[in-house]
Amino acid sequence: MSTATHKLLKGATGDWEMVIGMEIHAQVTSKSKLFSGASTAFGGDPNTQVSLVDAAMPGMLPVINEECVRQAVRTGLGLNAKINLRSVFDRKNYFYPDLPQGYQISQYKSPVVGEGDVLVELDGGRSVSIGIERLHLEQDPAKMQHDKLPSQSLIDLNRCGVALMEIVSKPDIRDAEQAKAYVTKLRSIMRYLGTCDGDMEKGSLRADVNVSVRKPGAPLGTRCEIKNLNSITFIGQAIEYEARRQIEILEDGGKIDQETRLYDPNRGETRSLRSKEEAHDYRYFPDPDLLPLEFSQSFVDELKASLPELPDQKKARFVADFGLSDYDAGVLVAERESAVFYETVLDRLANRARDGKMAANWVINELFGRLNKEGRDITDSPVTSEQLAAIIDLIGEGTISGKIAKDLFEIVWQEGGDPRALVESRGMKQVTDLSAIEKVVDDIIAANPDKAAQVKDKPQSLGWFVGQVMKSSGGKANPQSVNDLLKSKLGI
Amino acid sequence: MSVDAATVRRIAHLARIAVSEDEVPHLQGELNAMLAFVEQLSEVNVEGVEPMTSVAPMQMKKRQDVVDDGGIADDIVANAPAAEGHFFLVPKVVE
Repeated sequence: MSTATHKLLKGATGDWEMVIGMEIHAQVTSKSKLFSGASTAFGGDPNTQVSLVDAAMPGMLPVINEECVRQAVRTGLGLNAKINLRSVFDRKNYFYPDLPQGYQISQYKSPVVGEGDVLVELDGGRSVSIGIERLHLEQDPAKMQHDKLPSQSLIDLNRCGVALMEIVSKPDIRDAEQAKAYVTKLRSIMRYLGTCDGDMEKGSLRADVNVSVRKPGAPLGTRCEIKNLNSITFIGQAIEYEARRQIEILEDGGKIDQETRLYDPNRGETRSLRSKEEAHDYRYFPDPDLLPLEFSQSFVDELKASLPELPDQKKARFVADFGLSDYDAGVLVAERESAVFYETVLDRLANRARDGKMAANWVINELFGRLNKEGRDITDSPVTSEQLAAIIDLIGEGTISGKIAKDLFEIVWQEGGDPRALVESRGMKQVTDLSAIEKVVDDIIAANPDKAAQVKDKPQSLGWFVGQVMKSSGGKANPQSVNDLLKSKLGI
Repeated sequence: MSVDAATVRRIAHLARIAVSEDEVPHLQGELNAMLAFVEQLSEVNVEGVEPMTSVAPMQMKKRQDVVDDGGIADDIVANAPAAEGHFFLVPKVVE
């Protein structure tokens, strides 16, 4: 893997470099909320998943959900990060209708997880390491709807108090491609860990992006924060637009105001969100309702010992055990479901060591290719891992050729059924009987004496004969036997 | 440490407390008296002493991850000045 070079933006005064840092808000996978026993399920009727704690009724006290702590620690371990055995919850004070308490319980000076790093893969086998500054636990605010009534907003507290992990990167990201790849990797790691479902459409993963520009090697510029991006595509678009906007201002002799901005995907532009600077005065202080969050090193060690295999490790194993290319292994591990499917195919193969690589090719080229074409997901593939493994076994043991296997795959995709039985009932078996192939070879040579005479001078025309034999055998002749027979008969 | 009139107005605004202009000098005096009182603490040498976040010599209690609350939408919105279909209604908050 080579170290990534990043994209520079051309301006009237020369090249500009982007400096990007991200805050990812990832909803913790748990049954109940961070500080109450109300459900976190998505899509409940308004205010049915709300306890009196979440509604901030007077006298109610928060009690922390130990599973949310475990999930945060597991995520920290997945990010190769320092786990803090003692951290503190603070109140972040602001008034807004999405926050009945008047403050968000968050972690300010002492987060549960400290510095770490993530290896991010880019196109063309390049990669870049992005530093993690911290990860802390905090409460999600309520959901507001502004477009249902003309003069009022609707507030539903169901999401209020659900645990979030805020993951803050170092300003190590240098262009939109890296930013998108970084979010994709974080999402993948958390989905492997089962700590966040990563469903961006449901708001389980949202990003705030800090963007500034500078001449390469110059000191950092003033940054703007683009809030609440809920798709990886939008993250890329917002960064490109915002960097261009800043370059234009700077090249016109202006200066950047540090401010919060919003990305409007319909117009493809960012615009200023909060005009009042004092809105950022959160007056943090330690929450007197909560003691410091403390746990032992053995608690961390136990969680570490039970972590599942993560994408980087899985990728390395696929490369080492089955000789997959870095790229193919990367494709298979990017989504947890894809890796699971491939591994289930492997488990069912008669000879994994021999056919593991072929299985990867089939999953990536035939299955993913076909699924993409029809806009389907691996979880609703018409061809099961069991059926695909059977097809690969049939190729591996020499019962059918790779070409016939594609026809068989198509039949299984369309009609279903047991591949081995289909090969029997539809006469798709490869002809390995040498005398049968020999007869076809003899016929073809006899019918084409000119070409047979030429082949000694032009050995590359052997391919034409192979094609003819395969054609007249209906693709069922074993290509290796055909090759060998032709060579000996034609004397080359 | 002391606060000026502008800081008093700002704190009041951040806390969403309506303070009329003629109340400001009085509040400023009160706040400054409190700050002066608390400032006596700075006479104590606390070098090497960890900040205390709680007086309770115990570990924080934790809950198991079970759903044992909710389903009380009527109660939740009972005190709301305006509600509809179990939603709270507030004056529109987007520009």
